[in-house]
Amino acid sequence: MKKQNKTGRTIFRLLKYVVTTYKLQFAIVCISIIISSLVGVAGIEFLKYLIDDIITPMISQEVPDYSMLITSVIVMGIIYVIGIIGTYVYNRLMINISQGILNKIRSQMFEHMQSLPIGFFDSRTHGEIMSTYTNDVDALRQALSQSIPQVFSSAITMISILISMFATNLYLTLVVLAMVAIMVIVSRFLGGNSSKFFVKQQENISKVNGYIEEMMEGQKVVKVFCYEEESKKKFDKINEELCDSTAKANIYANILMPCIMNIGNLGYVLVAVIGGILSVNGILTIGSIAAFLQFIKAFTNPIGQVSQQMNSIIMALAGAERIFDLMDEKPEEDDGYVTLVNAKIEEGKVVESKERTGIWAWKHPHQDGRITYTRLRGQVQFENVNFGYEPKKTVLHDITLEAKEGQKVSFVGATGAGKTTITNLINRFYDIQSGKIRYDRINIQKIKKDDLRRSLGMVLQDTNLFTGTIKDNIRYSKLDATDEEVYAAAKLSNADKFIRNLPEGYDTQITGNGEGLSQGQRQLLSIARAALYNPPVLILDEATSSIDTRTEKIVQEGMDKLMKGRTVFVIAHRLSTIRNSDLIMVLDHGRIIERGNHEELMAKQGTYYGLYTGAIEID
Amino acid sequence: MIQIVKKLSKYIKEYKKETILTPIFVVLEVIMEVIIPLLMAKIIDVGIQNGDVGYILEMGVLLIIAAILSLTFGMLSGRFAAKASAGFAKNLRQGMFYKIQNYSFENIDKFSTSSLVTRLTTDVTNVQMAYQMLIRIFIRGPIMLIFSLIMAFGINAGLSCVFLVAIPILGFALWFIAIKAHPNFEKVFKKYDKLNRVVQENLNAIRVVKSYAKEDYEKEKFKEVNDEVYNNFKKAEKIVAFNSPVMQFTIYTCVLLISFLGAQAIVGGTMQTGELSSIITYAWQILMSLMMLSFVFVMVIISESSAERIIEVLEEKPTIQNKENPVTEVKNGDISFQNVTFRYGDAEENVHALENINLEIHSGETIGIIGGTGSSKSTLVQLIPRLYDVTQGKILVGGVDVRDYDLQTLRDAVAMVLQKNVLFSGTIAENLRWGDKEAEQEELEKVCKLAQADSFIQEFPSKYDTVLDQGGTNVSGGQKQRICIARALLKKPKILILDDSTSAVDTKTDAFIRKAFRESIPNTTKIIIAQRISSIEDADKIIVMDEGKIHGIGTSEELLKTDEIYREVYETQMKGGNDNEETK
Repeated sequence: MKKQNKTGRTIFRLLKYVVTTYKLQFAIVCISIIISSLVGVAGIEFLKYLIDDIITPMISQEVPDYSMLITSVIVMGIIYVIGIIGTYVYNRLMINISQGILNKIRSQMFEHMQSLPIGFFDSRTHGEIMSTYTNDVDALRQALSQSIPQVFSSAITMISILISMFATNLYLTLVVLAMVAIMVIVSRFLGGNSSKFFVKQQENISKVNGYIEEMMEGQKVVKVFCYEEESKKKFDKINEELCDSTAKANIYANILMPCIMNIGNLGYVLVAVIGGILSVNGILTIGSIAAFLQFIKAFTNPIGQVSQQMNSIIMALAGAERIFDLMDEKPEEDDGYVTLVNAKIEEGKVVESKERTGIWAWKHPHQDGRITYTRLRGQVQFENVNFGYEPKKTVLHDITLEAKEGQKVSFVGATGAGKTTITNLINRFYDIQSGKIRYDRINIQKIKKDDLRRSLGMVLQDTNLFTGTIKDNIRYSKLDATDEEVYAAAKLSNADKFIRNLPEGYDTQITGNGEGLSQGQRQLLSIARAALYNPPVLILDEATSSIDTRTEKIVQEGMDKLMKGRTVFVIAHRLSTIRNSDLIMVLDHGRIIERGNHEELMAKQGTYYGLYTGAIEID
Repeated sequence: MIQIVKKLSKYIKEYKKETILTPIFVVLEVIMEVIIPLLMAKIIDVGIQNGDVGYILEMGVLLIIAAILSLTFGMLSGRFAAKASAGFAKNLRQGMFYKIQNYSFENIDKFSTSSLVTRLTTDVTNVQMAYQMLIRIFIRGPIMLIFSLIMAFGINAGLSCVFLVAIPILGFALWFIAIKAHPNFEKVFKKYDKLNRVVQENLNAIRVVKSYAKEDYEKEKFKEVNDEVYNNFKKAEKIVAFNSPVMQFTIYTCVLLISFLGAQAIVGGTMQTGELSSIITYAWQILMSLMMLSFVFVMVIISESSAERIIEVLEEKPTIQNKENPVTEVKNGDISFQNVTFRYGDAEENVHALENINLEIHSGETIGIIGGTGSSKSTLVQLIPRLYDVTQGKILVGGVDVRDYDLQTLRDAVAMVLQKNVLFSGTIAENLRWGDKEAEQEELEKVCKLAQADSFIQEFPSKYDTVLDQGGTNVSGGQKQRICIARALLKKPKILILDDSTSAVDTKTDAFIRKAFRESIPNTTKIIIAQRISSIEDADKIIVMDEGKIHGIGTSEELLKTDEIYREVYETQMKGGNDNEETK
């Protein structure tokens, strides 16, 4: 029952797209379909008219008068032309509507996806999400452009016939309605089963999608281990499942039409028998029974046509459901109202400025209407912070720390100790369960997310590059940067040299996440990106892990330059890079177990000492 | 078109039975559908007209039997059609996936991952739908058409000739539409690939997007390709939109012509009025079957582009393939590079990743490779298991050119731990067994002890059955590296290559691993790429790479004297005594 409701809601939502965006066009489509169907009906009427009113009189005429015949044929020709125009108009406009809706749905889906929290992306494979954009949207296209107009025109035909039936005989119409009821029950049963398997099919196709993705990403490993055969076997399994659900879904959809058509045939026999008995008893005229039987034939024909479209419609609904599921995912919460603005100092006071001044301030509107400005300094405070990815599983316990403006704070500890998690809380990739995080003494919950992130630079463990040139990729952090600024950032991070050695320098095209570049080179680009961003607070996540020693030395210099005057959080991979930290936090199982600077911690001879001397493994 | 059918029909395979049975039952169903209206006409013309209830019942029973038969045939044909098309799609996907497994990286790069994914899913679904339509409706349409034509000719052959003129004209018009639409649909699918790519890149880089607050920029980017898809699709469908009107035009013209000529014939006394109305009824039936055909036709036009894209994947020649009569045994772990020059497929003529490399490595030696970022260290070792083929020169393993080996033989003998370690979703044991499917638990533990992984695995609550997430995100980097090394050892290789694969392992454990190598697999050639000197210092030979060339070869001591790059790295790392080096 719940399922039925969901399908109903899906249909309703789809219709809303059609009606709201394309009101006028859709109205024209409806009218055109009506015209087109009525012209079809008029054709049948024309024949009757032709025989009874034109041909029959002509036979009795001595000299046949052809003018009536010619006129009527011409008139009918004009009506037909109108019908053809109607057909073309609705076909043509339906393209606008269906493609427009698909375009809108894809856009909305993507826009919504951009607002989803990181947790959403952690919980499913990329291939599965991608499948929604292609397979599910495509399923919808089939239905929108071809099936819906068909269903609509069939419905019009059926309604007009039903009206004629009522006019002819009420009781026989009730027999027909009983037959229709049976058809509805049967199609609900078959359609329901079919839709169950179509939903499964769409799920399975997204699984196939995900599996191909994973295997392609790990293709080198597959080759190195000659694992092709095994991966084929696994693929066969999910492929088999997909095939199975597809077959079942289509079987139910395919047998729908013969069922409906033949229920119609049985109804015909029933009406004939009942009608025959009635006419023998003189209740009904022969003519009206004959007419009624014609109506039944005309009535079941469009039903057959509709059910032929059934598989594409049910499949489309399955796809639409998945699309709407994605659109209904809860977005990141952002009720921050503190924004980041350009500022200047006038008479010792921070004032908002329209121009770029290089000085930034937090604009903080208060409840009483006052607006205060706090200069952006890059001071971060954690106060008794607890956090877990799932509500019950706390991974960070009671974290309290303070990074003053311009300080370098480093986190050390094994994977899973919580280093990356802490930094993910500062930029609100995840929201904390209890405690407080303050940025320049403002609770970060109050800061608008985009502005908060604009004040933080991040160099991540994996460098992700986009298709485009090297220059585009560096510029990603600041889209309006001039070429000179890009070059300067690249120089600062020591990426300039290797870039200039590439065949096309800064204009070298990057494809496939920069597979042609070494990991070190990719990281240099990521650092250059952060350098161009020029934020007051910087988060470095294992940024130097796979740069060779020679490059690292130079990068380190660039980094030091970059870090100057900024608050920096370093997730340490190599202890040599954090030795000069103002504060080192040693984490274990989500708790800070040691804190202090290098000398203090060495003197303690605890975990940090063990890590530093190589006795304990670090990551 | 015929070519496409020919090429794809190979993949029907075990679903031939269903494929053939479907149209047979469709034909039977259609026959029933033709008989039923005749029975219906009898009920009206004879039964009702004469008020003969007995006759009505008699015909009614016949009609019910016909209906039951029609239902049975219909259900059977629907069932077989569903099975045949789902099975056909399955075989296509399987064929493509198998083929892709044999692709070299050059092949994969040519298509791009996202395009391959679309081809395996969306394109196959298109072809599947078209296929089902073909075997169900494409047969039904013409049969209805033929029946209707026969009936029409039976009534009045002269008038029916109108159809014979109209249908070929219609056929030509439809063909013309298809020809026009096809290239546009091809474009649509290319745009689809692009859309897919944008989504894929966005998903991969979602953290970058969010941390730089570039959601709006991404939306713009998406909107752009989305609009491209929209515009192209519209353009293609606009052409197809002429289908129904053209068809209606033809058939309406026929109806009017028949009406006009028929009227004259009736007046002239050569025809009955009843005949005229029957012939026009059949004209409508012809229209219906043509409509059905046109629906299939649109599907076929769209799927033709999809089919071509599938065939492209199926027909792509893997650039790395087995030779005829390949060598199936690797004698030993000797490696020899002879004047090797290498350039990536898409690089320009004069941009070489490796240039003129000459190298002799003997079985059982330990070789260290060191060099700056982008000095082609990884490229050098990836040529050994033939992940790429050399551009010039040759590489011998065990005295035989790598291109003469059976690929599986070669890659079984060469174990490589990649820089970008990949663990797959599954348990640790399952991941290890990539190295050897049949390995016993003891063997797993043995190699894990060698790789210094056993101790930490034993500490997990579920030990070797601990489930790893995709990408192995729930073990530490160092642990991941050690699992990967164990996985490689399980292959019992003749050559073991570690591409910067102990970088996250602490120096002490690193030393243990190297010691274990020395003692347990003395005959295996070991090639170690590393950033830290301590990992390679005790190697038999150290190769210093610089910008795709060998800068120096020798032992650590020799290189300290002769090679300035090595000396510089050595001094940076050793400076400040022991402590700096140990933390590296």
